[in-house]
Amino acid sequence: MKTPSQTVGPFYSIGLTRRSENELVPAGDPAAIVLRGTLFDGDGAPIVDGMIEVWQPVERLWGRCGTHPAGEFTFVVSKPAAPAGEAPHLDVYVFARGLLKHQRTRVYFPDEADANAADPVLAGLDEADRALLVAERDDGALRFDIHMQGLHETVFFST
Amino acid sequence: MSDIVLPDDPSFGPEVQVDYPGYRSTRLRAPKRPLVTLPEELHSPDGPVFGEDALEEHDGDLTAQHDGEPLGERIVVSGRVVDEDGRPIPGTLVEVWQANAGGRYRHEVDQHPAPLDPNFSGAGRVLTDAEGRYRFVTIKPGSYPWGNHENAWRPAHIHFSVFGRAFTQRVVTQMYFPGDPLFEFDPIFHSVRDPKARALLVSQFDLATTTPEWALAYRWDIVLGRGGSGTTPVEEPSS
Repeated sequence: MKTPSQTVGPFYSIGLTRRSENELVPAGDPAAIVLRGTLFDGDGAPIVDGMIEVWQPVERLWGRCGTHPAGEFTFVVSKPAAPAGEAPHLDVYVFARGLLKHQRTRVYFPDEADANAADPVLAGLDEADRALLVAERDDGALRFDIHMQGLHETVFFST
Repeated sequence: MSDIVLPDDPSFGPEVQVDYPGYRSTRLRAPKRPLVTLPEELHSPDGPVFGEDALEEHDGDLTAQHDGEPLGERIVVSGRVVDEDGRPIPGTLVEVWQANAGGRYRHEVDQHPAPLDPNFSGAGRVLTDAEGRYRFVTIKPGSYPWGNHENAWRPAHIHFSVFGRAFTQRVVTQMYFPGDPLFEFDPIFHSVRDPKARALLVSQFDLATTTPEWALAYRWDIVLGRGGSGTTPVEEPSS
């Protein structure tokens, strides 16, 4: 039996985000892409005490960013290599007060339409849900908003 | 209080109940839709690898991060990080954070009228050794009130974050102290419905790892899910 999860609570930042770790690649890297978004609750209000972790497993790059003070997170990433048989994507974990276990999702890239169309995970979802997992172009950056509940509830995967 | 904590329900299984109604903040934050299962043939990605460069001086000793020593009962907290088959997880990052001895976090949102301790920040990081062992020196955190329901108090706890070999082994949890009288009133503790799984959140007093004349000790092992192939060799981290 494994050790159960418990919430990160409202004070995680003293332990987990006291150092800046949101650049998976240096901001000056020619391949750098800014990935930003907002974490929303079921009322559509920003969650200002959440934390996002992003993982680029092929390149073994990892980062985290708190959503304080306005519910927003920003990462510097590069487009990862595609794992065998899948479209390029980032693994994303969401932590927050009120989340007794973190939630896992994925973010795909908007300029990979062909690869996305052939991706086995996206293929298992209906069209609306597929669209929710593809980042939007946003003024030279990519935007990926995360909705814990509601009409646009993000697709979360079991771990 | 009895209307706050639901009865034990072992039939729920060992997982935490993410929409546990006794914990009010779950209401707008726990996902409502069923989780999607990824295709079985997809390999669970290996987890991030951390090296000594992830650590700073005194990250393993929360009593040594300031000019003076913090107030409170000095304790050693140690244990092993293993998977469900009992295999040790070496070289994985273990992060902790906690309230001070008076039950106050060094965080701007914490308004509990207990004193801050100028000699206690309440955060640490270590890597597990070749046998999966970790060890922190700290002080025993105090209990503190919170706004979940009338006269709600959290049992004393230390927050833990652990990575593991595979991304799916990632866990953030809380370590409690044995015999805490607040257990029966705490909805976060009770969000794990199976009493056997809940017991895994409670450390044991451990005379063997005390430091005579200096510190008491608690032992707590962290068991991660099987997740992934488990065959990833421990790599030398690149900076």
